Amino acid sequence: MTTPLMQLRGLTVDFDTGPRFVRALHGIDMEIRRGETLGVVGESGCGKSITWLAALGLLGGARVSGQVLFDGDDLLGMGPRALSKVRGGRVALIFQDPASALNPVQRVGRQIGEALALHRGLRGDAARTEARRLLDRVGMSNAAQRLNEYPHELSGGMNQRVMIAMALAGEPDLLIADEPTTALDATIQAQILDLLGNLQRETGMALALISHDLGVIADMADRVAVMYAGRVIEEAPAADLFATPGHPYTRGLLAALPDLDGPRARLAAIPGSVPAPNGLPPGCAFARRCAHVDGVCETAPPTLRVLPDAPARHVACARMDALWCGQNSVAAAPQTRERANA
Amino acid sequence: MSDVLLSARALARHYPVRLPGGLLGRPATLKAVDGVDFDLARGEVLGLVGESGCGKSTTAKLVLGHVPPSSGEVRFDGAPVPTDRRADWRRLRRRMQMIYQDPLGALDRRLPIVAQIGEPFDIHCPDMPRPERRERAAALMASVGLRPDQAGSYPHELSGGQRQRVVIARALALDPELLVCDEPVSALDVSIQAQVLNLMSDLRDRTGFAALFISHDLKVVRQMADRVVVMYLGRIVEEGLPDQVFHAPLHPYTQALVSAAPTPHRRARNRIVLPGDPPNPVDVPSGCPFHPRCPAAVARCRSEVPSLVRDAGRAVACHLAQSAGGDLSPAPRALKAKVA
Repeated sequence: MTTPLMQLRGLTVDFDTGPRFVRALHGIDMEIRRGETLGVVGESGCGKSITWLAALGLLGGARVSGQVLFDGDDLLGMGPRALSKVRGGRVALIFQDPASALNPVQRVGRQIGEALALHRGLRGDAARTEARRLLDRVGMSNAAQRLNEYPHELSGGMNQRVMIAMALAGEPDLLIADEPTTALDATIQAQILDLLGNLQRETGMALALISHDLGVIADMADRVAVMYAGRVIEEAPAADLFATPGHPYTRGLLAALPDLDGPRARLAAIPGSVPAPNGLPPGCAFARRCAHVDGVCETAPPTLRVLPDAPARHVACARMDALWCGQNSVAAAPQTRERANA
Repeated sequence: MSDVLLSARALARHYPVRLPGGLLGRPATLKAVDGVDFDLARGEVLGLVGESGCGKSTTAKLVLGHVPPSSGEVRFDGAPVPTDRRADWRRLRRRMQMIYQDPLGALDRRLPIVAQIGEPFDIHCPDMPRPERRERAAALMASVGLRPDQAGSYPHELSGGQRQRVVIARALALDPELLVCDEPVSALDVSIQAQVLNLMSDLRDRTGFAALFISHDLKVVRQMADRVVVMYLGRIVEEGLPDQVFHAPLHPYTQALVSAAPTPHRRARNRIVLPGDPPNPVDVPSGCPFHPRCPAAVARCRSEVPSLVRDAGRAVACHLAQSAGGDLSPAPRALKAKVA
């Protein structure tokens, strides 16, 4: 097997809260292979965004340790100069709110030009032609005119296209998209997801898609990592995860989601709420909300382990062996769903 | 006493705006809501879906009398809703309450929550003895699943889901007949969203309030609503039962919305990707407002505004979905439609 494009090993983040450090990430292990889409899903505060900000050295004031290997080089040990070559060049980031990520007092063309100058050394007419080509590529009509406009003259969907064009300026191997469509309307979200899928097919870049929306993740991802309270609690191929979720939290999330099809039934809500990072229980962070909790859950946090008979799937649950066998015998057959856009 | 609690007739709200151009700008009219008709029966939940700028929230404000309509009217229990914010409006507001998207913005940060939940009694029932007010506030807290020891908490000490429970408790304090909910769970995480939706269903079963339930999330609307109205650019484009609208949408816009709704339970599906952005409500296209983005549009759509035609409990405003005989059938999904 070829080495993954990016590998996070034991990534931890501690925030300085004054009197003491509070651990927000408890040793994240994740990898992205070339060209694949990794979906990272979880509720607010689970650490899904922090993981990637920490990996790229964008978390000022926090203590970050572990290893972030990008194409074999450890980004955490890199000097600022080398890091800024990777960041924005080989790894690009787009955020939820494009309007606040763009500079409001500079024309769109100039902002794309800046990225082109930094990462490709293009200036003047060459940069302008390339910027125009990039805007065409992300599906902006009338690209030549758009270059002279300011972000406030464009809609939210257009601004997100500009962000994607800037991200493409460095011809990245990996695009990290942090809730790229959360602020957008449903029909615009469909456009942006469509665009990201097409760009990925054309350029072969890998995509890390961070979202709270299980539907978006199900649509886009090849593989999914589910996070809870600063840990990855399940990781699996997307089709498997949504057909037969393993971890009780993943099962709970899917059951709590209302649906457009099927009979309308009362939602199966997960009781309680996510514990605060400075008040985590000694054992599994989900134990207090879990229907399958047992004595073993309260001793130590469970680690990610391979599921029996499913080598591509990992679950961090002390009771997984019992739960998984129970589920497979009862629920696996009717739940098999055809694998979409494989 | 009729069965209709709330009715809107040819309801419109236009705002004068100034567009760039000239010394002081060019005057124009923004038609936030442009001729909306609907009825809401007692105890019914009407879902209102649409994208930002389609007039959902303006409709909510019109219903509550927060802004006066430019034309048309809203009637609550047979009488027009006053908009003058005087005594008669206040009396009516007792019977209709609002739940907003952002609970932190709807709560007073400097008051303990029990005082906020009891505040409607202070305003509307000044004669109620103090111990009874306290007792009723405590009962409300219990009914929305807040613990008695949280009574003295301030909003910042609670989680988002708990804050929304406080807002719901306060809205239900006076047993309103109508609740207007504007994106009540959009700011909440999935697991908490399910808790709040279940709570609202339970409270509805117990108290029988009617609701105007506004959301951009089709899944949430299907979960809560008895009937659904889809809006686009200030007008109703489709109406029907949730399963009719979401399983066999008639209007091409609804078809696109439904196909684009992200749900993990339908991985293999054809997403209809509409071109372009929703038009600026200042500059509504001629004919059918949806025609520039419509994959099925024909020449007639560019010139003639489709009216909302009703048939057997459903309604649609689309030339292609209406036959000459008055029957409604889904608009054809044109070959042009880009299926991703």
